Amino acid sequence: MSKSQLNLDEVVAMLTGVTEKIIASEPELSEADRNIGDGDHGLGMQRGMTAAKEKLEAGGFASIDKVFMGVGMAMMSSMGGASGAIFGTLFRNGGKALAGKEVFDSDGLAKLLQAACEGVQARGKAEVGDKTVVDALSPAAKKAQEAAGLPLAEALQSVSDAAETGVEASKDMVAKFGRAKSLGEGALGHPDAGALSFSYIVQSMRDYAAQG
Amino acid sequence: MSKTPKIINDPNHCAAELLDGLVEAYDGEAKKVGSGSIVMTDLPQGKVALLVGGGSGHEPIYHGLVGKNMADGAACGDIFAAPPPDIVLEATQAVDRGKGVLYLYGNYAGDVMNFDMGAELAEDEDIKVETVLIWDDVASAPPDRKEDRRGIAGLVLIVKIAGAAAATVDSLDELVRVTTKARDNTRSVGVAVAAGSIPATGAPTFELEEGKMGVGMGIHGEKGVRVDTICTADELAPQLLDIIFGDDLEFNEGDEVVLFINSLGSTTQMELLILNRALKPILAAKGIVVYDTVIGDIVTCQEMAGLSVSLMKLDDELKKYWDMPCQSVGYSKM
Repeated sequence: MSKSQLNLDEVVAMLTGVTEKIIASEPELSEADRNIGDGDHGLGMQRGMTAAKEKLEAGGFASIDKVFMGVGMAMMSSMGGASGAIFGTLFRNGGKALAGKEVFDSDGLAKLLQAACEGVQARGKAEVGDKTVVDALSPAAKKAQEAAGLPLAEALQSVSDAAETGVEASKDMVAKFGRAKSLGEGALGHPDAGALSFSYIVQSMRDYAAQG
Repeated sequence: MSKTPKIINDPNHCAAELLDGLVEAYDGEAKKVGSGSIVMTDLPQGKVALLVGGGSGHEPIYHGLVGKNMADGAACGDIFAAPPPDIVLEATQAVDRGKGVLYLYGNYAGDVMNFDMGAELAEDEDIKVETVLIWDDVASAPPDRKEDRRGIAGLVLIVKIAGAAAATVDSLDELVRVTTKARDNTRSVGVAVAAGSIPATGAPTFELEEGKMGVGMGIHGEKGVRVDTICTADELAPQLLDIIFGDDLEFNEGDEVVLFINSLGSTTQMELLILNRALKPILAAKGIVVYDTVIGDIVTCQEMAGLSVSLMKLDDELKKYWDMPCQSVGYSKM
């Protein structure tokens, strides 16, 4: 029996699963980044998610929005550089949009991803097609708007699919930002590492909601 | 290319250890704050604050520009990586004396994102923050896209003016105005002849064919305007000045400038002086008056070989701030 909505403790458990998934995916994320940049994305994400996991384990969250924001702050502080800023913003801005929510449902998911996408784009100035996390995040946020009102597990399934499609699409893009930019067309055929990280995050959320 | 031998400890601890060493070099005048900031020890209440910062590995900038009539503090990142927002916040809180804080740093994506987030956190703490981005590298984007330009060695002249102004003015808005004028009156162009290396790995920061020079190349090896065969100092001097004079800031007969010739690391003072000898007659022929000449290795990228030329055009106000004495590890003036 999948979940239609999550309470505060379940949100903490879901995000703990996300941190574990990313920490375990370090070799794949680093490999993805070596193909397009300097190969440190996996290590940075691992560092950020390890800090986030510690924060989640420490607990004491007053509300659902604070859980997401706490993950964002932990990532931002421990990572530095551009990815710390981007993934920190993703979780912080997304979390802020959940203020006042007692449960995390598909409506909350839509608000979370919309705000996360707006925040990341405002911060990094990237558009769809620039070979960044936005190429997975933006289609996922759009799909979440359409899925608002569905049971959470169903909404997360379609959001996760949209993110994966976005990762695939990023393979054919030429980077406009960061170190991948200097490789130009040399990075063609490889997905953006940040987009891949984001797709792992929503996959892990989907897997949590899908279980009974 | 062989790996440059380095006298260090754990290669992953370079940023933290150099900061400790830098603090020690201030002999009590500056102190370490939080996990990655250096701040002047005695900042008077009511002073408008100047905070600089960026990735480590380019010493003495930015953290070595903390000093008397210079920056009040610096937020330092890991090697070639922007400082995270909480380090920016810690530095902001440590320099704020109630009149607000100006962030002044180079225009790089990671720095802009992290300082902007630091500013948001600071505003949550009721600290007023303004930002002036340094984008003096004329070779990095055309004049109508200044917001895409990188900050390179001209930053030293801009921080010098901002530091003097911050010690004098009584409002953050006034500091923003003076600093923006210094920024807008400064133009730089660099040339690279060999890469520096990443301390943790020894890998070169970029590739450049031996015997070639990257004209307009950035301090991390970002793309320049052209790659040529290395030429003599006498041949290079007019090329660099032509790039600056071809930009949108007019340098006319009678204008007074500060000239800064910077080494990117392993280029020697001998080479900088030989270039200075070649630059001066060209400036004189245009009727440009060099009010002050600064020569040194202040904006570096490890053992990168290359140099840059910066010109800051002075008016009476900027000259007043330029003339104030200052003292820091990276730049001092009597």
